[in-house]
Amino acid sequence: MRAVRRASPAGLAGVALLLALASASLFVGAGHLSLARLTQDPAAWTLFAASRLPRTLAAILAGAGLAVAGLVMQTLARNRFVEPMTAGGGQSAALGVLAVTLLWPAASLPVKMAAASAAALAASSLFVAVAQRLPPTQPLLVPLFGLAYGAVLGSALTFLAWRTDLLQYVEIWINGDFSGVLRGRYELLWLAAAATALAWWAADRLTVLSLGRDASVGLGLDYAAMMRLGLVIVSVVSAITVTTVGMIPFVGLVAPNLVTRLVGDHLRRATPWAALAGASLTLGCDVLGRLLRHPYEAPVGTVLGVVGAAAFLWLLFGPRPARA
Amino acid sequence: MIRIENVSLTRGGARILDDVSLTLPKGGLTALIGPNGAGKSSLLSLIARLQPLQTGRISVDGLPVDGTPGRALAKTLAVLRQDPGVASRLRVRELVGFGRFPHSRGRLTPEDEAVVAATLDQFDLTPLEERFVETLSGGQRQRALIAMTVAQATDYLLLDEPLNNLDMRYARDLMRRLRALADAGRTIVAVLHDVNQAAAYADRIVALRDGRQVAMGAPAEIMTPEILDAVFGYRMRVVDLEGRPMALHHL
Repeated sequence: MRAVRRASPAGLAGVALLLALASASLFVGAGHLSLARLTQDPAAWTLFAASRLPRTLAAILAGAGLAVAGLVMQTLARNRFVEPMTAGGGQSAALGVLAVTLLWPAASLPVKMAAASAAALAASSLFVAVAQRLPPTQPLLVPLFGLAYGAVLGSALTFLAWRTDLLQYVEIWINGDFSGVLRGRYELLWLAAAATALAWWAADRLTVLSLGRDASVGLGLDYAAMMRLGLVIVSVVSAITVTTVGMIPFVGLVAPNLVTRLVGDHLRRATPWAALAGASLTLGCDVLGRLLRHPYEAPVGTVLGVVGAAAFLWLLFGPRPARA
Repeated sequence: MIRIENVSLTRGGARILDDVSLTLPKGGLTALIGPNGAGKSSLLSLIARLQPLQTGRISVDGLPVDGTPGRALAKTLAVLRQDPGVASRLRVRELVGFGRFPHSRGRLTPEDEAVVAATLDQFDLTPLEERFVETLSGGQRQRALIAMTVAQATDYLLLDEPLNNLDMRYARDLMRRLRALADAGRTIVAVLHDVNQAAAYADRIVALRDGRQVAMGAPAEIMTPEILDAVFGYRMRVVDLEGRPMALHHL
């Protein structure tokens, strides 16, 4: 409780920022929309309810989900430089959907989603299993392995899509973009939000995992079961994001790193902050993408690639936080 | 009571422990000594169920370590491994609070908070409680980890080289604290490298070499040139200093 009360002014400021971005997102876009027109023009209302509101919610849910998934993955791998999208999670989720599409073209969306989640789970489990075997004295080996691993899975995806003439289809998953989000096409992202809530519920146990296997066992935690829960959270969020809006890079890396620098690694404290930071970052980049060459759009994945890389460089080389 | 029966351990073809049988009574401070590679840490981690038993049986307070639910065992036995590699942005208070995990599963009760505050105080960590563990020195981190293990408030405490990284003052403080805990009824098993610390504070010393128990007894029985030679492989002088045996192992 003490921590919650102490953090509240900053928390309110964060929520206010997110609300401001959300308002901007609701009224920025190719079609003109204002509060006045909303009350008078039914077409304006349709645009608002069918496109702008779903798009805004999708960006918030995907951003929060990816940031928390990144935080959980960094806890499981005990390494700050991994994130679900680049370390094979995103690519394998897309591979899963592609496989289902080829083998069973009539499959419903939930079936495709399940296949994507299963593929992401398998890939993330393998990634964490390998990451744990890498020497802890060489922390950069883990993200390097993640990049190579993600690239191999990505190549497999491209090759399969090229052979089956589905490259354009696959492009949708690889490049994250919210411009296609409409009412009825984003709601599965609420499941990612549920996975995020699950992470917060299990925050204490997940944090114990960050102490390592021996300490976890010594404290009586079922290490393997907790590891599985963490991997399921990461995989479900990755799979749902990829299949609904496509791969969104860097959010899972930048938001948790920014947050843990300030509030620490305890997930009970860091999870809500990471969700807020991820949602704001994603939504902000989506709004920016709509404004950069209005009325055309830059996809959010591209904007985040630039903004996220710059933010990450700042995290690496910028001023160190005060060692209070 | 810790009962170890016919325990052997092989890793990568090498025999780490060779048919060790040992019974440690409840209460008191036991020092495990021996040269590098004697199997001390392996024995400790087997008792603490951190690795699976290959042969033999181990029970702590009547609980078989390979058949008891982890949570029940965590309320009986706490363990600190050598160099657990915890360098995170957890606050010292949060880290020590995780010692209460077996009791409260993470949601600290006022009673837990009181134990944590008292333990922080005992280990001189109260001024550091808001610091991230990654910003601490090696000795401060070691103290925080020991405090976490002690805060677990178990009857049995297993410590692998707890004096690592501690300066002379904190090493002495820790040995006195362990002595006080043992006098209060706790059972403590610690791997110690300094035989003189073992001789000064332990109730009994267990000496291992090449995976076998070579000696066990009160400090006065173990601290002889002959036995220390059999354990460490070289002759050292043992002098009597104000009624206590002291090995001049560095000369």
